[in-house]
Amino acid sequence: MIGLISYLVFFTTVASILAIAVLGLNLQWGNTGLFNGGVVAFFGAGAYGTLLLGGTPQPDHMGGFGLIYPLALLGGMVAAGLLAWIVGVLTLRMRHDYLAISTFGVAVAFENLMRNAEWLSGGAKGIRGFERPLRAALGDGFLYNLLFLLFVLLLLFATYRFLELLVGSPFGRLLRAIREDETAARSLGKSPDRIRLIAFITGSVIMGLAGGLYGTFYAFVSPQDVLPTLTFQIWAMLIVGGAGNNRGAIMGAFLIWAAWTASGWGLSRFAPVEMQIFAGSIQYVLIGLVIVGMLLWRPQGLFPERLVVSQSGHAKN
Amino acid sequence: MPDPVLNVMNVTGGYVPDLPILHGVSMQAHRGSVTVIIGPNGAGKSTLIKAIAGLVHVAEGSITHAGTEITNIRPDRMANHGIAYVPQTDNIFRSLTVRQNLALALRRHLDPAAGLSDLLAQFPALTSKLEEKAGSLSGGQRQFLAVAMALATTPSLVLMDEPSAGLSPKAAQEVLEQARALTENGVTILLVEQNVNQALRLADHCYILAEGRNQIDGNAADLIGDPTVAEIYLGGKRLRAGA
Amino acid sequence: MIQHMLDGILVGAILSLGATGLTMVMHMLRFANFSHAELLSIGAYSALVFDAIFKSALPVFATQIGPLSMTLALGLAMILAMGITGASAVLFDRLVFRRVREKGDELSMVFASFGLALIIRNAIGLIFGLHTKLYSQDIVFATVLSRDPLLLVKPDQLATLGIALVIILALHLTLSRTNFGFALRAVAENPNLAQVNGINLQKMIVTVWVLGGGLAALAGVFYGLSNQITPTIGRDLVLPIFAATIVGGIGSIYGALLGGFIVGLAANLALLILPSGYSPSVPFLIILAVLLIRPNGLFGEART
Repeated sequence: MIGLISYLVFFTTVASILAIAVLGLNLQWGNTGLFNGGVVAFFGAGAYGTLLLGGTPQPDHMGGFGLIYPLALLGGMVAAGLLAWIVGVLTLRMRHDYLAISTFGVAVAFENLMRNAEWLSGGAKGIRGFERPLRAALGDGFLYNLLFLLFVLLLLFATYRFLELLVGSPFGRLLRAIREDETAARSLGKSPDRIRLIAFITGSVIMGLAGGLYGTFYAFVSPQDVLPTLTFQIWAMLIVGGAGNNRGAIMGAFLIWAAWTASGWGLSRFAPVEMQIFAGSIQYVLIGLVIVGMLLWRPQGLFPERLVVSQSGHAKN
Repeated sequence: MPDPVLNVMNVTGGYVPDLPILHGVSMQAHRGSVTVIIGPNGAGKSTLIKAIAGLVHVAEGSITHAGTEITNIRPDRMANHGIAYVPQTDNIFRSLTVRQNLALALRRHLDPAAGLSDLLAQFPALTSKLEEKAGSLSGGQRQFLAVAMALATTPSLVLMDEPSAGLSPKAAQEVLEQARALTENGVTILLVEQNVNQALRLADHCYILAEGRNQIDGNAADLIGDPTVAEIYLGGKRLRAGA
Repeated sequence: MIQHMLDGILVGAILSLGATGLTMVMHMLRFANFSHAELLSIGAYSALVFDAIFKSALPVFATQIGPLSMTLALGLAMILAMGITGASAVLFDRLVFRRVREKGDELSMVFASFGLALIIRNAIGLIFGLHTKLYSQDIVFATVLSRDPLLLVKPDQLATLGIALVIILALHLTLSRTNFGFALRAVAENPNLAQVNGINLQKMIVTVWVLGGGLAALAGVFYGLSNQITPTIGRDLVLPIFAATIVGGIGSIYGALLGGFIVGLAANLALLILPSGYSPSVPFLIILAVLLIRPNGLFGEART
């Protein structure tokens, strides 16, 4: 029983962290129409940033500044924001495919850099020497994990409220206006490039927050945690939840993470031994099918918004 | 009067379903004549000409050309029906040379070489520019090239969307005179114009559109200086609601 | 240095072939097609299958051509692979891209292409296995072009470069001399005007997919010949190919051809100053450099 509960706590923690990243993507894609092909780079910048700033000094890689945890987490978010600023400034004034390619490229380069730059990130061995906050007081047991889950849920709720307020504000209406009809938005004297840049950076900072929490939870991050797979999973979560819909994004995160872990468990349990090396391939085919299938048959997601804004800008019920 | 070559009957349609720009527009054009459509901005002039070319969906009504039904034809089949269309902007391929633009337009011609020399005889200004990129031509030359490309398919009906837009008064005059000259071979011209006085002097017949509906039509010469024309432009006053 | 340049040119020829088809599709259908590089894998693997069939059915085909490891069987297999890959590209368009396009949701096309790439790449892994394969088990020794400085090149690589250059020349002649070539360029520049000029867009879309697929198949086989065949060919080449289209300017066919060579050379020359572990990052650095210096590429025009 305790085993099941502690597994549920573990599962909910990871799913909630991913849900925060999906909310960040929803601001970029769902609300502003910005394609981010490298979610994992901004997630990773948050994770690496937090652990480097908050960890203890290490002989073989940089970092270990031993900052107090809230500052370290904030630093991770800033790192993600900086990365987004560089990519955004260069590409957001161009046609949308440049952003898609550049963000995909930044994720490849980020993983590559973390794997090779041992002086910076510990290379393939990853970052060590990070102590989870308040571990001395709370220990390593179930109580710690439960309290950490509460902390993550609090941040998930805060992110959700923040985005709901943002989307309902005049700025949010501006985002939708740009997404629906850029020329019209421009003619109103608004600068779509600047507004898109703000949305892109904000979304990436939220992904950085998720990454920072992920790194904190495991007290470790390595290049294995910043593979493109994570980007695909986060997309699938958003598409299943319904782009533009924050509540759907959270539900999509839980649904896809449950399906992913269940399929992984099922394959390792029931697939014949000689098929085990293909388990990953089967999971990728499944996630590809989810993405393509949703776009073809249910582009509005499983949990569509109550108010759907159509391409021509007319509200329908 | 003989039967019209082009007959547009009660056409309703637009770019987006459920959002018609044209509301039951009718018009005719006669063989070898110049018909001009004028009207204030947003009247649906360009939309009407695109609907004839098959570029805008016609939801209701019908269009016939030389007795054949051409409602919602595929735009790439226009030439098969003897129709050519000169768009207002972006009407030449800038990255191709003038010769390549013309070769593309002439590719279904039985004798492309003869076709090319015919076109160059009609538009001598293009002869010295053959090997230049079409993107480097002046506004007037571009318009000549666009018209030449339209004529490459030897059409019997040429649709022109504001051929004088953005041209100097002299170049505009040349382009419009060129259009007039085409009618001597029996070609029918239908053009949309902003330049009302120039267009009325040139055309045989004129339709005035506003808010996607017919307002008035008549002999072009009679409409020059007609106060109601000015009223439609200035006040948007509707003479015959709905038409 | 010269060895790096030589290798760069060889890789560049492969990237050029891959980027040409990609740039046409991207320009015409207005989306970044992340599944294009998977067409290289499809080409490489279908050539592997046909090669094995020809060799076992007609042993006479299995003899090597001159000093090459390439056999007549592989040559024929390559041509068939081009057809199969072109047909697959058309099929993917029918099944996925056209349907998303018709829903009017152009921005979702790039998602669809990513999903499709995942499916293709991992299905290939499931069918053919995850380990690497080779067209020929024979070891072909590199020819020493010069001893000081030491320059090595494999006969296969030279043949690859030669065929690629012939294809590029044929492409150039088609684009600059024939009505078909003008039509391709016209559609790339302005699809609506092309339609008004009597070009059937649906047919042209199919043609561009077939052409892009065929060129990608060639690139895939050449890559397999000079490296090895793995299900991750697409994953490894997608970024360099995109970099080539951006260097040349998206939509410019000549730009893509030249861009391929530039990316190939730059990636190999970068290894003179960067440790080899960083080579996957080089295409991204090239993209950054282009966006900073000349955002629309060598031949591209600003587009909206």
